[in-house]
Amino acid sequence: MSDHVQEHMLGFVRGRYPDAQISGSDDIFALGFVNSLFAMELVMFIEKEFSVTIPNDELQIDNFRTAQSMSELVARCSPVAASAQA
Amino acid sequence: MSVLTPAATQEAAAAQASLVHDRASARAFVDAHIAPHANGFERAGLIPEELLAAMGAAGLWAPFLPPRAGGIGMDMVTLGEVHEEVGRGCSSVRSLLTVHTMLAWTLHRWGSQEQRDQWAGPLSRGETLGAFCLTEPEVGSDAAGITTTAARSGSGWLLNGTKKWITNGQRADLYLVFARTGGSIGAFLVPRRAPGVRVRPIQEILGTRASMLAEVSFADVALDGDALVGPGGFAAGMVLTSTLDLGRYSVASGSTGIIQACLEACTDYTAQRKVGGRALRDLQLIQAKVTDMLTDVRAARLLCAEAGRLKDADEAATIIATWIAKYFASRAAARHAAAAVQIHGANGCGPDYPVARYYRDAKVMEIIEGSNEIQQITIAGEAYREANS
Repeated sequence: MSDHVQEHMLGFVRGRYPDAQISGSDDIFALGFVNSLFAMELVMFIEKEFSVTIPNDELQIDNFRTAQSMSELVARCSPVAASAQA
Repeated sequence: MSVLTPAATQEAAAAQASLVHDRASARAFVDAHIAPHANGFERAGLIPEELLAAMGAAGLWAPFLPPRAGGIGMDMVTLGEVHEEVGRGCSSVRSLLTVHTMLAWTLHRWGSQEQRDQWAGPLSRGETLGAFCLTEPEVGSDAAGITTTAARSGSGWLLNGTKKWITNGQRADLYLVFARTGGSIGAFLVPRRAPGVRVRPIQEILGTRASMLAEVSFADVALDGDALVGPGGFAAGMVLTSTLDLGRYSVASGSTGIIQACLEACTDYTAQRKVGGRALRDLQLIQAKVTDMLTDVRAARLLCAEAGRLKDADEAATIIATWIAKYFASRAAARHAAAAVQIHGANGCGPDYPVARYYRDAKVMEIIEGSNEIQQITIAGEAYREANS
């Protein structure tokens, strides 16, 4: 599940920024990709793609830094994902 | 257990039936309560309280809220259609609806349960009217450059700054104010009656002259800790982005309404007005203008519907789709309003026809919720992304 989510997230970022050379552990903020428009699209994509609702207290920058951290966020927000990982 | 009497059931059904719930009911409401009086609203520079109350009774203020919050759970496609119809009747009324929608939706999307419990009911009924406060005297498109500040003060906040060109600033009861909070921007709910809030009406304005614009200043306004809506820090920009997205959708829909209004005014006028013994409608140069109006209103409507469909599907692509819809519809509205005035000749410049108002209002649509030039930057960026993907 974790790899699956990471690949989806990387695919989304690459879709928006085709020249991006990123891996699951790269900090997308440090690479200069993120503005408020992209951040909003990112949150909408995660919520739609993985059928989760991200509560306000999870909307922290560290949860969106890497594909890996976003994968962990999805796991926390989704009972299905959490049980699949257990 | 309570059982409704037949009379009470009938009354409830009648109340339900009088609600605006789709394009047809919105059109009927606009034709009865708004369009015939819109030139008068413009001359008076305000929307009468009776109409604001009637809009509340019709459930127009926040129908997208779920029933438990006072709405009817209206989907975004239908909401766009309703805002188009209101925009067809009067852009000033639609402007009030837009900013109220932005506040109510932001509260629904980002607010805490306590904030929703406090405000959703009055907002849905129009007992509390909302306004959106972002623009400042020295800051327009550069939202990141706002200077209004919200500083921590004990368990609450202290708000200082000035906002300008605030739609419904004169009449709104509750402001959604964007302010700097250290290194970020936060959205704050500020009651108009809070000590330190000062409202200065802006009377002279090119278009949407009845939208009760104001400059609103905040001098050491003390706010409770729960005045902040949504997350702070990194995610705070999302609150602004999503709020503007919905405002842009409403303006796109309203601009479509202006095109439709131009079309209806021009087909009506040219069917009656004669030149050299022939109706204007028989002239091919008139037909060319009317053809472009009809073509563009349908295209604008489709773009708005697509943006709305993507919103209903929670698709991230709605943001760009909304930019495109607003860009197309606002430019087309300005173009066709100019043509409508031209078709009406001197009558188009006077107060006896609605097209001069459409012309003034349409120009505003090219500036608010993202000027055309800002939109071109964003949309061109999307074009290059798509080309490279």
